[in-house]
Amino acid sequence: MCDTCGCNESPHHPHDHAHGHPPPVRTIAVQKSALALNQRIADQNRGWFRAKGLKVINLLSSPGSGKTTLLERTLREVPRCAAIVGDLQTENDAIRLRATGAPALQINTGATCHLDAHMVAHALADLPADGLTKLFIENVGNLVCPAAFDLGEAKRVVLLSVTEGEDKPLKYPVIFRHADLVVITKSDLADIVGFARDQALAAIRQVAPQAGILEVSAKTGAGLAAWYAWLAG
Amino acid sequence: MHELSLMTNLLDAAIAAADGAKVHALRIRVGPLSGVVVEALRFAFDALTPGTPAAGARLDVEETAPAFHCPRCRTDYAAPVGSYLCPNCGAADGELRGGHELELVSIEVPDHV
Ligand SMILES: Nc1nc2c(ncn2[C@@H]2O[C@H](COP(=O)(O)OP(=O)(O)O)[C@@H](O)[C@H]2O)c(=O)[nH]1
Ligand SMILES: [Mg+2]
Ligand SMILES: [Zn+2]
Repeated sequence: MCDTCGCNESPHHPHDHAHGHPPPVRTIAVQKSALALNQRIADQNRGWFRAKGLKVINLLSSPGSGKTTLLERTLREVPRCAAIVGDLQTENDAIRLRATGAPALQINTGATCHLDAHMVAHALADLPADGLTKLFIENVGNLVCPAAFDLGEAKRVVLLSVTEGEDKPLKYPVIFRHADLVVITKSDLADIVGFARDQALAAIRQVAPQAGILEVSAKTGAGLAAWYAWLAG
Repeated sequence: MHELSLMTNLLDAAIAAADGAKVHALRIRVGPLSGVVVEALRFAFDALTPGTPAAGARLDVEETAPAFHCPRCRTDYAAPVGSYLCPNCGAADGELRGGHELELVSIEVPDHV
């Protein structure tokens, strides 16, 4: 039994019996969120991050948009960062990230298509957090499911690579609507694939008017100064 | 398919609220920004309810629209997913105030006097 989740919360069940002619059924108001437990653990995570002075960034994208590659470079170039990475299977991404010298933990979600706050809470037990200032959480590659799950992060960053179609934000508007920042990745490939930049920017602004937008290449380093400045902000 | 685990949470809450009684119906509220697919919730419901006090129960789904508040002209408005402009002044930076919900609103149980 896990003490971070304290799953046995006693439910509310008001006994507001209807009187008079009894109808065959009565309605009981419940008002309980399916995400209440996740939210409670996410809030605990957030409190822990605050106590440790850690700024936490949840990175989301389709598989292959360049999350791990951007993190590899960031962990090399920005001191006092660590990463937690979620994948269905394999330790591969954590191994790539640890090669930078920074602490990196893998979460294997098995059949689950997203990270949740409970998985992150367990991983934190193994994180050598002292002296760190930033923690990146690379979510499972998926543009739908992770949107619903707060992990306790301070910021959400959604990546969109130039190779995956300018209209992707229009197809997956929900995840973009929750982003603090949208990072267009693999900008070195923009010309090769005929990336329609204006169209992509318009799509992002339409579904994510609240988000900042950066364009980077983790390969050439283009745009990374702005990414690092955003992280420092 | 996280709908299965979310539906499990909703169903657990319903069964607990029924306190041993049979559950005739569940009313849930689903916001378009909750990240769940209503059809997948229904599928999960059908898979999870047999053998529980909610076996054969009706699932009523209330779908909400994303709710915004315009910081410029102070209009409250609902907008379809993906098109968030303020209908009054055209501003694009409406503050999101609703549309994330995924909650059990109420249940129906047999009445007893
Ligand atoms: N040309 C180019 N390729 C990149 C860039 N970033 C990532 N890639 C490639 O894209 C593929 C997927 O990247 P990865 O970081 O594993 O994506 P993830 O699934 O989002 O973690 C790999 O083959 C990377 O080498 C980039 O900036 N430019
Ligand atoms: Mg990866
Ligand atoms: Zn307005």
